[in-house]
Amino acid sequence: MEIILSIAIGVMTACGVWLILRPRTYQVIIGLSLLSYAVNLFIFGVGGVKTNVPPILSDDVAISTLTDPVPQALVLTAIVIGFATTALFLVVLLASRGLTGTDHVDGRDDRK
Amino acid sequence: MNGWMHHLIIAPVLIPLVAGAILLFFDERQRFVKGMISLTSALLVLAVALTLFRIEIDPQGFDGVYLLGNWKAPFGIVLVVDGLSALMLLLTALLAVAVLIYSLARWHAAGAHFHTMFQLLLVGLNGAFLTGDLFNLFVFFEVMLAASYGLLLHGSGPLRVKAGMHYIAVNLAAALLFLIGVSLIYGTAGTLNMADLAARIPEIEPDRRMLMEAGAGVLGIAFLIKAGMWPLCFWLPTAYSAASAPVASIFAIMSKLGIYIILRLTMLLFGEGPSAGFGADVLLYGGLATLVFGTIGVFASQALGRLAGFSVLVSSGTLLMVLGINDGAISSGALLYMVSSTLTISAFFMLIELVERGQDAGANVLAVTMEAYGDDEDEPEEGGGVTMPGTMAILGTCFAACGILLSGLPPLSGFVAKFAMLSAMMGTGAIGVPPTAAVWTLVILVIFSGVAALISMTRVGIRTFWGSIEGVVPRVLVIEIMPVMFLLALTLVLTVRAGPAMHYMDTTIRTLSNPTVYIDAVRNAVVAGEDRPASAGIGEGD
Repeated sequence: MEIILSIAIGVMTACGVWLILRPRTYQVIIGLSLLSYAVNLFIFGVGGVKTNVPPILSDDVAISTLTDPVPQALVLTAIVIGFATTALFLVVLLASRGLTGTDHVDGRDDRK
Repeated sequence: MNGWMHHLIIAPVLIPLVAGAILLFFDERQRFVKGMISLTSALLVLAVALTLFRIEIDPQGFDGVYLLGNWKAPFGIVLVVDGLSALMLLLTALLAVAVLIYSLARWHAAGAHFHTMFQLLLVGLNGAFLTGDLFNLFVFFEVMLAASYGLLLHGSGPLRVKAGMHYIAVNLAAALLFLIGVSLIYGTAGTLNMADLAARIPEIEPDRRMLMEAGAGVLGIAFLIKAGMWPLCFWLPTAYSAASAPVASIFAIMSKLGIYIILRLTMLLFGEGPSAGFGADVLLYGGLATLVFGTIGVFASQALGRLAGFSVLVSSGTLLMVLGINDGAISSGALLYMVSSTLTISAFFMLIELVERGQDAGANVLAVTMEAYGDDEDEPEEGGGVTMPGTMAILGTCFAACGILLSGLPPLSGFVAKFAMLSAMMGTGAIGVPPTAAVWTLVILVIFSGVAALISMTRVGIRTFWGSIEGVVPRVLVIEIMPVMFLLALTLVLTVRAGPAMHYMDTTIRTLSNPTVYIDAVRNAVVAGEDRPASAGIGEGD
């Protein structure tokens, strides 16, 4: 379980980093999304990977079988904020495309 | 507790938040009403910040810890006001009032929702200065950044959109690093409360400590991007010079936010104990590189906007290096320098737009966008408001004052601040320790960067004020030049009252370098509606 999770985080981070270094705005935004997924999974991971255990402490639950609720709350916040900022970046991307006529991050195409 | 005064701690966050929400209900055409609501909110924040600052001058018995939702410290989120955060709140509020008045002349009409975004920027800044919780810091940081994305694009145009895109991409990546750092710290220390974290650091086992320090390092990179340390700073001059004048002016405090958090966290977490001095070398050499890069940039820039952008880097570099040295007397000089340079750069950004108004094509772009947003017919380009008499003389004087402040010549506060730092560095101050090679390098670089600023400012000044034969006198309104003069007058006040100011900085740094004060204050904060437990018997009286 831990191995699969770490491989998933690693692969997504690698892809994300490669993509945000690319010259097209669309690649950058996909890269940022992948990176934020990787980070969200990572935050989950720091709480310890457990399956089928409740995050709420009650009388019939032993403390050893409890999953940490704080990372889950953090992930929720991070998802919301990440979503909003990605949407905003998309708008700027479209504005840049409209103003410069190219989807290059610098607003000009050097391939010619 | 101190009754209602205690609730003032949350007011710098609540007031602009409410004002920002109310502003959304007004149509863009009701510009005057929107401007007045915004200005009222900024003035209220200024009043609160001033009150908190005056309390912090002599905080006898004032409990600076505010428990949100009335939860006890490590479980709930706390807001903490101490000498440093009160100082930053006051500085932010002063800039905000000046910038808002400036923007009322024309810039707030250059796009939609200027005032709302400005208020939300204040929410983020004030919250980040006040919070005592790492994840809450992330939230306020993001609020501030989201507002700053909108503000940077204010006024539109290809240049701003391009700079804005780079700025957003860099900051989104930085936010992800922030999250990685915070989660690593949580995973190893099991807490996000800064005071609780500082208390737990000595108890972390060595193998986990490494991971915790890695987390702190990753977290630090996010703030260093904001502060503009050398390899992470290439976005900064472009973004700041592309932004509209009032926006660039308030952004001057944003780069200081990065410095503030690094100062706060290094003093609190790595001041003493087994992780003492963590990251000091990075700050020292990174600051050195930033200072060199900024100085070269100041020399090389032809446009005034870029000159100001690189001045931000010079100021950041100096502060980072001082944080790296981490010596009490130097640090308190650096705090004074931070206040002085923020006021200067902020005033300078506003001044630049006024000086360049008569010359460049930027005004045309503004006119076009204002047309697109339906500039009122009853508010024509000419004739709205009172024009400043003797424009060129006043602009020239302000420009000279900025030059003096940036290069650190007497009689203004740039000199006092640099003098306080340099005298402490060279060992004539309180410490009396012979300076090391790194300190000598810093002394030389600080003086040299002042010379660079002097040369560049003189060059640009001659070209602007003496070289223009056509004699196009820019049309400057009173409410545009007044904020600039107000900020510059504040630096004069800072010079005259340098003694009390230095005393305040000294006290602040001394409190910061003793983290137990902060930790105890947060840990022993009393839940409202519950008397201090008689059995505990710890902590001072109310």
